[in-house]
Amino acid sequence: MKRDFDVIVVGGGHAGTDAAHAAARAGASVALVTLRRETIGVMSCNPAIGGLGKGHLVREIDALDGVMGRAADAAGIQFRLLNRRKGPAVQGPRAQADRAAYMLAVQNALVERPGLSVIEGEATDFLMDGARVVGLSLGDGSEIRAAATVLTTGTFLRGVIHIGDVSRPGGRVGDKPSVRLAERIDSFGLALGRLKTGTPPRIDGKTIDWSAVEMQPGDADPTLFSFLSKAPTLRQVACGITHTNERTHDIIRGNLGRSAMYGGHIDGVGPRYCPSIEDKIVRFADKSSHQIFLEPEGLGTDTVYPNGISTSLPADVQEDYVRSIRGLAAARIEQPGYAIEYDFVDPRALRRTLELREVPGLYFAGQINGTTGYEEAAAQGLVAGLNAARAALGKEPATFDRRSSYIGVMIDDLVTRGVTEPYRMFTSRAEFRLSLRADNADQRLTPFGVALGIVGEDRCRAFEAKARDLAAARANLEALTLTPRELRAAGIDVAADGGRRSGFDLLSFPQIDYAMLASIAPGLDVHAPDVREQISRDALYARYLERQERDAAAIARDEAEAIPDHFDYAGLKGLSNELRDKLERARPETLGQAARVEGMTPAALTLLLARLRRARRKLA
Amino acid sequence: MDTVFAMSTAPGKAGVAVLRLSGPAAHEITEGYAGTLPPPRELRLRRLHLPCGGLLDEALVVVFDAGQSFTGEPVAEWHLHGSIAVQRKALAALGAEPGLRPAEAGEFTRRALQNERLDLVGVEGLADLIDAETEVQHRRALAALGGQVSKKIGDWRADLVRAAALVEATIDFADEDIPEDVFGEVSSLLGRTKTSLTEELAGSPAAERLRQGFEVAIVGAPNVGKSTLLNRLAGRDAAITSDVAGTTRDVIEVRMEIAGLPVTLLDTAGLRETDDPIETIGVDRARSRAATADIRVVLLGPGDGRPAEALEDDIVLTAKSDTATSLSEGVSGLTGAGVDALVAELGHRLQGRTQSAGIFDRERHRIAARDALEALDRAEVHVEEGPHSAELAAEELRAAARALEGLLGQVGVEDLLHEIFSSFCIGK
Repeated sequence: MKRDFDVIVVGGGHAGTDAAHAAARAGASVALVTLRRETIGVMSCNPAIGGLGKGHLVREIDALDGVMGRAADAAGIQFRLLNRRKGPAVQGPRAQADRAAYMLAVQNALVERPGLSVIEGEATDFLMDGARVVGLSLGDGSEIRAAATVLTTGTFLRGVIHIGDVSRPGGRVGDKPSVRLAERIDSFGLALGRLKTGTPPRIDGKTIDWSAVEMQPGDADPTLFSFLSKAPTLRQVACGITHTNERTHDIIRGNLGRSAMYGGHIDGVGPRYCPSIEDKIVRFADKSSHQIFLEPEGLGTDTVYPNGISTSLPADVQEDYVRSIRGLAAARIEQPGYAIEYDFVDPRALRRTLELREVPGLYFAGQINGTTGYEEAAAQGLVAGLNAARAALGKEPATFDRRSSYIGVMIDDLVTRGVTEPYRMFTSRAEFRLSLRADNADQRLTPFGVALGIVGEDRCRAFEAKARDLAAARANLEALTLTPRELRAAGIDVAADGGRRSGFDLLSFPQIDYAMLASIAPGLDVHAPDVREQISRDALYARYLERQERDAAAIARDEAEAIPDHFDYAGLKGLSNELRDKLERARPETLGQAARVEGMTPAALTLLLARLRRARRKLA
Repeated sequence: MDTVFAMSTAPGKAGVAVLRLSGPAAHEITEGYAGTLPPPRELRLRRLHLPCGGLLDEALVVVFDAGQSFTGEPVAEWHLHGSIAVQRKALAALGAEPGLRPAEAGEFTRRALQNERLDLVGVEGLADLIDAETEVQHRRALAALGGQVSKKIGDWRADLVRAAALVEATIDFADEDIPEDVFGEVSSLLGRTKTSLTEELAGSPAAERLRQGFEVAIVGAPNVGKSTLLNRLAGRDAAITSDVAGTTRDVIEVRMEIAGLPVTLLDTAGLRETDDPIETIGVDRARSRAATADIRVVLLGPGDGRPAEALEDDIVLTAKSDTATSLSEGVSGLTGAGVDALVAELGHRLQGRTQSAGIFDRERHRIAARDALEALDRAEVHVEEGPHSAELAAEELRAAARALEGLLGQVGVEDLLHEIFSSFCIGK
């Protein structure tokens, strides 16, 4: 069949841009369809990238040569490494971003990418060939044909915006919903759920009394996202911190009936980790104050994003309570906060490639899958775009697993367990957290990306150089062996008992660092600082990594056991109805994935394995 | 792949008990205990030595190479004497070997399937079987102590979830408005769980007795009436009786119920010095079995004094007291005098022992509990180190929960998040 492009990506948000870029890197010709070219890469919620778990995702996107990490570095106006005083496995890079600079960086990345075209238009319907999606029709009546289509349209499915008791249909503020496309998706018969999310009012920074609030500068020694970035490019700024007080709470309590959520206008489930200010005051009534970060939206704007007071109260109440807050007495609201409700598709309908199981050729990424957050969206975009391209080019799928990436953790959680609230990444979701660190995302994923052909030459070379240095440093450390006596002679305090130990072992001792060993063995100081740091971290966790590797090996075996698409669970005698229902919904692709379906028992797994073996033998 | 082990024969006493090891270390471990490995698929007698020294048993040992075994992996089987003490010792010793763990229910079969060794015919029934087993265990866990078991497990679970959630909250919500000083509460939760687990471990032998039965040994001089008493207690002629001293040579066992508890009565050879080699073996067996029995009933001949070897808590009775009206006057197997009183006394004592019975009635439980305790010990160290070791404390808490998973049910990340979000106002 004739095609205009290999891959179409619908939507120019964080999922869409990393999807289109990944598909192009994978060698596909790509059309990114968006309503307005100038809104590509817009940050519609808070002006920040990264954080705990999220920062890990950005590093992984970067390790695969994606867009988000470099764009965030180019737009960063305040970098902070969260959990700086905790162990390296749980440190997450985060940055405040200049909205305009971020959009520009993303748009430039797309423009510079060969094989990627941007088409302005409204996606109104899919072109179908039987059950398969083979392209898109646009609002102007034109049609684009492609082998694979990635839909990344965020909250457009029955999106409703609420400001107090006023509500109107729409995606983010300013966008119009597409009714026909929604009807087409309905015709696929997918299971849908309803979620909500909110934003705070935006404030004119010139009307904030900055002298009355506490200021938080960025890190003196900024940690960037991209393995290729060296230093921030924009001027760095501080954020303000203020707090709500009893009067704020009184105003909100007195107007709860006018809040969209408490007035009964919203049915969707909101995220528990990002509650509205109404929610906070109702659920934690004994707390007399809540923290608010005043985040500048950029260097060329005065708009400030007050992080911590998202709301669906009417505009006049928003103004009242904002002005009750220290430093905000004269604040002018530029745009009131609002809540948005939208449908999401139960992600258990997806394969690990993010292709819909029942609608070949169609991939979903981002909020439509029940997730929240730019980073979660971009990571899904990368997976969907990469796989859409590979499918279009007739290549094998590329999947990510829980043992080697946060991306794999997220995809597995989504397609195996589904979501009940907007899904956000946390480090606690990763059972192999100690090995899935932000600092070693390149070690974990860049070789995979190189093998897939989606990593550019610059990164490839930089990575190989670092890998060589790491291996040499490791060999030097293993070759260096010291006795307690020798260590004490060098002024390092260790217990007298115990034998000769390698430099690598010694690095796991809390009182010994790389510099001390380098002072004893001068050959060690030839290695690059990031290599020294990473190898120290490997040593710190070595004991745990061995244990995690054993667990991972056990999982690997089950992951190798594939379950065919149309496996007949109904024909499995001895499964409870509840479990059968869950398995049919999630349709796990491997035995390992089946093991993670809620309520799975060892007996049911054995049964499943036996049936798989029998089926294979019959085929043979 | 781990190496796993389990008894492959039914629990309890038997002529032979087969212990099976499967996995990469199965042969190496066997060699460690047996000294030398027999050629594959040939049964050989070996003396098995414990790593800490001392003889475990003299056993028939057979090894199978990978690809030529039931599971498809290297397998070793130890055909031990079917003594409960030997089995328990063997399991405990293997449980302490690094890299070895007890097999999960159905794990040998699962490995066999995985390695395409098992005939698939009839395998569908297998799941039902395994389900049935775990369901029975589950029912017992719920019912055994009138809900106390499930309450205890529920309490551990809640404490571990809470402790892990507190630690995770400081990690994943570091930029939120939540208190950092959660480590005091974490310590007290850990301490409480450790104490409770330790108590349960101490009560574990009694629990195993509840499941497998208590042993009551009747001992005494030859021809003092031990077998007659056994027959009376059993209500049938289980042992041959005669006037000839030394009639009972081997240990005779009778299963019965006393005060609702499973009891194995042991009739033993009369204790005396003898030149008869067979009787000598019988006397040795009598002594060793009596030593491990839960209660010993020492029968005295008329006019005999309390023997020096009787322990303080042995029940010492004058036998052949045909007209006894109370236990202090003695007992008679012939007339039944004093027998009711003896049964009542045994019942009373055994019930006393069940008071301390814990919920761990299998070696698998004990190993899980010990693993969990070790992980909690390490977690405690990291908690004391403070926030900079939070991720290590969390790792050990996960390990503890994973060790106890079979008892607790899985502790998933959603449980932790729920606890975090209901405790702290998250969302800046």
